[in-house]
Amino acid sequence: MTRFRLLACALALILPIPALANPALQAVVDGNIDQIERPSRLTVGPLVAEIAATGPEGLALLQAWAGRDLSLTDDGRLLIAGDPPLDAVTGDLAPGAEGSALRPNSGVRGVIESALVTGLLSDPDPARRASALDTLARGGTFEQLQALRGALDDPDPALAARKARLERLLTIQVGEDNAARVNAINDLAGDVGLDFRAALNPLLATRTVAAPEPPDGANVARELTPGGDDLPRDAALAQLVQQDLLQPPLTRDGLRGVLAQHIVDGKVGGIPVADLSSPDARDRAYEALEAAGTVPPAATDAEAEAALEANRFFQLYAETDPAVTDAAAAAQTRAQVRLAAMTTIDLGLDALSLASIYFLAAIGLAVTFGVMRVINMAHGEFIMMGAYTGYTVQTLIADRTLSLIVALPLAFAMTFVAGVVLYRLVIRHLAHRPLETLLATFGVSIALQQLAKNIFGTQARPLTSPAWLEGSITVNDVIGVSSIRVAIFVLALMFLGLFLFIMKRTRLGLEVRAVTQNPGMAASMGINPDRIAMLTFGLGSGIAGIAGIAIGLFAQVTSELGQGYIVQSFMTVVVGGVGNIWGTLAGATLIGGLSKVIESLNPANTLAAQTFMILFIIIFIQFRPRGIIPQRGRAAEA
Amino acid sequence: MTRKPFILQSPSILVVLAVLAVFTVAVTVLSHAYGSGVIPTSTVKVFGMTLCLALAAVAMDLVWGYLGILSLGQMAFFALGGYMIGQWLMYARTESIVAVQLAQSPIPPTALELQEAVANQIFGVVGSADLPLVWSFAHSLPLQMLLVVVVPGLLALVFGWLAFRSRVNGVYLSILTQAMTLALALWLFQNDSGFRGNNGLSGLQNLPGLEGVDQATLSVWFLWASAAALGVFYLLAAWVVSGKFGSVIRAIRDDETRVRFLGYPVEGFKLVVFTLAAMITAVAGALYYPQAGIINPAELMPIASIYLAVWVAIGGRGRLYGAVIGAVVVSLLSSWFTGGRAPDLNLGVYVVNWVDWWQVALGLSFVLVTLFAPKGIAGIFDRLAGVMPPSRRGLDLGADQGALQEQEAKA
Repeated sequence: MTRFRLLACALALILPIPALANPALQAVVDGNIDQIERPSRLTVGPLVAEIAATGPEGLALLQAWAGRDLSLTDDGRLLIAGDPPLDAVTGDLAPGAEGSALRPNSGVRGVIESALVTGLLSDPDPARRASALDTLARGGTFEQLQALRGALDDPDPALAARKARLERLLTIQVGEDNAARVNAINDLAGDVGLDFRAALNPLLATRTVAAPEPPDGANVARELTPGGDDLPRDAALAQLVQQDLLQPPLTRDGLRGVLAQHIVDGKVGGIPVADLSSPDARDRAYEALEAAGTVPPAATDAEAEAALEANRFFQLYAETDPAVTDAAAAAQTRAQVRLAAMTTIDLGLDALSLASIYFLAAIGLAVTFGVMRVINMAHGEFIMMGAYTGYTVQTLIADRTLSLIVALPLAFAMTFVAGVVLYRLVIRHLAHRPLETLLATFGVSIALQQLAKNIFGTQARPLTSPAWLEGSITVNDVIGVSSIRVAIFVLALMFLGLFLFIMKRTRLGLEVRAVTQNPGMAASMGINPDRIAMLTFGLGSGIAGIAGIAIGLFAQVTSELGQGYIVQSFMTVVVGGVGNIWGTLAGATLIGGLSKVIESLNPANTLAAQTFMILFIIIFIQFRPRGIIPQRGRAAEA
Repeated sequence: MTRKPFILQSPSILVVLAVLAVFTVAVTVLSHAYGSGVIPTSTVKVFGMTLCLALAAVAMDLVWGYLGILSLGQMAFFALGGYMIGQWLMYARTESIVAVQLAQSPIPPTALELQEAVANQIFGVVGSADLPLVWSFAHSLPLQMLLVVVVPGLLALVFGWLAFRSRVNGVYLSILTQAMTLALALWLFQNDSGFRGNNGLSGLQNLPGLEGVDQATLSVWFLWASAAALGVFYLLAAWVVSGKFGSVIRAIRDDETRVRFLGYPVEGFKLVVFTLAAMITAVAGALYYPQAGIINPAELMPIASIYLAVWVAIGGRGRLYGAVIGAVVVSLLSSWFTGGRAPDLNLGVYVVNWVDWWQVALGLSFVLVTLFAPKGIAGIFDRLAGVMPPSRRGLDLGADQGALQEQEAKA
């Protein structure tokens, strides 16, 4: 709205004498007022061209029309909306005048906009030049291409680049001759942009034709062999039937329908209806009807075979010049090769982000398993606790960034305490009984899950990320990764670093490593294994809380949040090997990478991907029962 | 020296069978179909299904309480058994319905047309009209009944062979069994796996060929079948664990390495028990799902198998009757509390609504049982019967590390 008001003002400034009429425009408008009121997409083209040819007033009128800012008064004057409104033909201010607004449909507006494009390409306003380019990108004519070529210079370098690229794309579509089009294709060959690939597609579109010989003058893409993968026998027959080269063969349903129409005295062609439950009897009945001349003969298998023999099948390009299609095919091949490479990179990024999530989720589990040989089934619920902590903090602190900064340490503290409590109350009393520990922590897990349901309800709670984490980092049309996933990757790296520091450089790490290797010996050296186990358990649980926030940022927070990750976390630990952070890292990378690869092989079916993933792990365990990086020495015996 | 017949070695076997018989007769007499009708048909079904769960728990006890493998994938075999019998139930019933429909048409259908119509009816819901290969035997009851034990048995055999061969044990093995059932569930969830995706198989409560029999009667018949299966397989399980074989598998549970060094083929023993338990579980499932009426892949999710372990743990591992008691008590209590019929508990400051809090109570009581009564409910009977282990310093650690007492284990 405002834009057009500005335009109206600008127009008023451009025209030094407002009363100066535009007689040509006046004539066109007067002669076509009916069509302006009720335009039709199919017929409005010439009128729009005429109006555009009348000069700046005409263009302004078209702008207003397309923008639904034009109204028609009872006495047949056109007004451009504004305060006060403007007479569209004379450019006069028309205070107090009122009319009914004209609302052209989107088809008509498309016609008007494409007529305006030429004028707008050199418009002083960059936003309007950009919108003109948007219109052109949806398709253009040769005239528009020439207008674009005339307006290639642009003060804005980004727009200049867009114009140059669009010029090439339009040349491919509507270029003056085929040589120019081939040149344009070769210029862009290897580009993986969606727009370029979209421009190539119509050039390479084919249709299948059956004929005894290659059609004259046709641009043959290739010949198909019936019965092959590209043209199954049924499709070939259907093609022949469609081109009237073959009688439609009788289908089973068709046969039954025909027979049902010719039941006479409970018999069809002399065969009792009750016997028609076998295919042989039906064929005999039809032959009998055929012999009697009551039904037309249907194509037999032999006829179908003969028709297949007599005809060859060709894929023809709609585009007639082989030079263009060859260049396009070559360009498409290059684009596909580069595309495959980029998809691989994109897949790698995806896998990396998935791996960092698994790493965050599994690292706590791996450490507790390494030190105490117990699997904490409530680990998933600690992840959930972290996510709910994040959600609760967010309801208290409105600022997203601040709430995240508060939530991360708070989630760590909450789950650290929960882990220590769980250790003191339950796990300590079940020392050396891993299976009982597993079950007892499972009891804790179902209790915590239900507790979360009772407190937060069953519906999913959002954990909104701050604005600077929304959106994604996009390299081109193929490679892109959302900022949250990058942040999670960084978070995982930070925890890897922190963990390595604690383990290798601090007293606590030394003691943890000692207890992992040989608790008895560590105890006799004055280390309290109980205290170390408790701290490790707390640390592992704390990281689960952090992982919970990370996961909550891109998934909804529900009481089942942790359940979705717990099995994968177990797998990560089992595959990676216990008691070694590099093992966990390797396990997470392997599992994350592998699930993405399997998923990409069959993108429609993520369930199958997970099934194959687990099967792979079961088989993997056959060869490396203790994981990728197994524990060595005495600790491994335990 | 002559051994006593295994059935007389412990009075528990006869007691369990007697209680089972009395229970079955009592329910029959009080049912709608054969007696006074005090017990509604739905409750008869619940009793029948509970007996099936008890049977699955007996098999779980064989694997966990006696062999020491905490299998968290036991319900995969249960559901597979259900799927196998469900295939026939669904196919045969759809076939009879479709045959009636097609008989209306002027031309009688061919065998192929009939099969296609059935396939279309069954698989239309997942957008397919072909009968998958895995349904090749669905037309035949004897073949599908054979598959009820063969398919889960084969799965257990292959999985067990792979796992035991590479000496995966303890927590690793538990996680692996959990992964197995998850993989199977995810596979079944797909529409193109041939088992109707997440729709599962439904309408299983209607028995083809028995359209004239009402559900009240059918429910009692299934109760009898479930009770008979529980009785027979309880005897089988008791026999398996009674003799030398039983001693060996208990020894494997307590110290696998020692048994291996004594020259026993540990993997073979494990494989036999694991596969046998899978087959028993499958039979329980095949009896359970026609009473439940519907089966879908959610039944295979790992959580179901863990609950089975919970029942056995609360009932008492290493005692077959413990498993039965645990399954019956906990599953009936669960359905009573979560069914909304349990009265709210008014604490003054807070009204405890059991639908919301039962899971919490179950989870916590489970932790308490693990901590303070590792022998579960069966421990009470041990105490009553005066079966006490000789005092060897410290607390008894339950069946898993039965050879060790608390003080020894800490060393």
